[in-house]
Amino acid sequence: MMIATQSRLATSAPDHATPLLEVAGLIKHFPIKSGLFGRPSAVVRAVDDISFTVVEGETLGIVGESGCGKSTTARLLMHLIAADAGTIRLSGKTAGTSELPMKTYRSRVQMVFQDSYASLNPRMTIEDSIAYGPGVHGMAGDEAARRARRLLDRVGLDPKRFAGRYPHELSGGQRQRVNIARALALQPKLLILDEAVSALDKSIEAQVLNLLLDLKDEFGLTYIFISHDLEVVRFMANRVMVMYLGRVAEIGPANALYKASRHPYSTALLGSMLSMDPDHRTERAPLTGDPPNPINPPSGCRFHPRCTFAEPVCSTTVPVLAAAGNDHWAACHMAMLASGHSNAKDTAV
Amino acid sequence: MQPNTAAAVAPAYASDAIERSPGYWATVWQRFRRDPVAVGALVVISALILMAILAPWITPQDPYKGMALRRLRPPGTEGYLLGTDELGRDMLSRLMMGARLSLFMGVTPVLLAFLVGTSIGVAAGYVGGLLNTVLMRTIDVFFAFPSVLLAIALSGALGAGVTNGLISLTVVFIPPIARVAESVTTGVRARDFVEAARASGAGALSIIRHHVLGNVLGPILVYAMSLVAVSMILASGLSFLGLGVRPPEPEWGLMLNTLRTAIYTQPLLCALPGVMIFITSISFNLLTDGLRSAMDIKA
Repeated sequence: MMIATQSRLATSAPDHATPLLEVAGLIKHFPIKSGLFGRPSAVVRAVDDISFTVVEGETLGIVGESGCGKSTTARLLMHLIAADAGTIRLSGKTAGTSELPMKTYRSRVQMVFQDSYASLNPRMTIEDSIAYGPGVHGMAGDEAARRARRLLDRVGLDPKRFAGRYPHELSGGQRQRVNIARALALQPKLLILDEAVSALDKSIEAQVLNLLLDLKDEFGLTYIFISHDLEVVRFMANRVMVMYLGRVAEIGPANALYKASRHPYSTALLGSMLSMDPDHRTERAPLTGDPPNPINPPSGCRFHPRCTFAEPVCSTTVPVLAAAGNDHWAACHMAMLASGHSNAKDTAV
Repeated sequence: MQPNTAAAVAPAYASDAIERSPGYWATVWQRFRRDPVAVGALVVISALILMAILAPWITPQDPYKGMALRRLRPPGTEGYLLGTDELGRDMLSRLMMGARLSLFMGVTPVLLAFLVGTSIGVAAGYVGGLLNTVLMRTIDVFFAFPSVLLAIALSGALGAGVTNGLISLTVVFIPPIARVAESVTTGVRARDFVEAARASGAGALSIIRHHVLGNVLGPILVYAMSLVAVSMILASGLSFLGLGVRPPEPEWGLMLNTLRTAIYTQPLLCALPGVMIFITSISFNLLTDGLRSAMDIKA
């Protein structure tokens, strides 16, 4: 089996030559039905034309306010909901076509959900929950059970004590370890962690994060790490994607983005982080107002009603992702040369 | 996996080394056993079922043989513990024999409706969308009629007899069971563990079998059991109206009907079949209540 051999292939440094996942033009609009015949009267633009790549061996963090489309993106990547448009390519093969059938794709890409309790079947033992996936892909029952126990051991739960238990007998941290083991049971290459540690206590959260880092090295995994916790994302991610109202606002290396963000929204979001130093506490709110309604998003740049740098061009023209540094892109008119914004400058290296 | 690692760690992963928690139903049974009322109801129902099964061999008299000379004897008469009916047949024997048809008419339609209604409800709830709309709106049409009226109308249209009575009662009970099944399935379907199962590449049938049924059958079963009492009463009602069981077959509803002419002369005697219906249906209701509270655990 590959669990042991994969660890030999562990990569610590991302290899920029091989994109593992390529997402292009992903769109998901949820219709709001009303009236007698349920005709859609409006649409929620949950994910509106986003494209990005994930390099093999890296961790891509996705951050943003509630409702910005982070979780919808995760569910689209997992094909739990059908996209309206867009393609997802894994190792150069398009998911859902004959070259990469959805069932195969789903064994290579797995997901850990936020709610550790709801994501485990209350009527199944831990062992059966983990062994279910391999069973679906044709593995014999006792072999799948052995794999489940080995994975339990690997995520720090004694199989002897935990394999025969039910989810309600475990703590939140233990359950999330089980969910990680369940996701790993199909030996995926990419793991989507959708707020996977957000519901845990801080001390448990740190343990699970360290476990995730260990597993990444051991199994040669690639992570998409979705969280609203900017500190956690900084700890985990090599690159960070900032989302705002279903669009990508900025994407770039974590260090560069945290140090010098190029989109005013990212700057405001990072400004909302609490400093560890009491002398440097944020005094005024960096961002005022709520995110606009995604049913009727603002014209042009979606951030312009809340942006301190907004100029007429911002409300008329949709900014595209412009190079803002080495592998660093921002969808802001100020980052685009000749965009018509007075602060516009070309900072691409 | 490398062979040496497998050998080194094998003992810890062996199946017999695993500590196992009692499963859900084992826990429910533990809780149920501690509820004296529910256990009492279970004992009464078991006794009734046993009596019904053994009736042909244990009745003190021939339940079909009457005698004009000993009609409508009160309970306590020598040789006829519970008296005799309007044709001079032994009441006790007839009540014992009547348990067979009455219980059969109470349980069978609910069982059939449970199978059909659960299939419809789970399919509608899991698939959702257009299938849900078509199935559940069709079910709603049946809800437009009161259940008694629907049973009478169907039996009347199909003609009297046990089989037609069964069919009409089954049709009456499919809509409520399907609706309960649909609503619990819709609830389970939205849970993350079903999403996780879909994410592992499992098909709909596998997910329904492994993840949905285990979580919905309990509540549906409890609901269906509460209908057994209703079914018995409806079946008795059909027999009372001459649409279900036909004489001389003993059935509690039918006996209630034929004895009603003697209500002023032998009121106690007339009430006996009703008492049996009452005991049975209340036992089923208490059993259902006990099961419901035993199943109300976070697991």
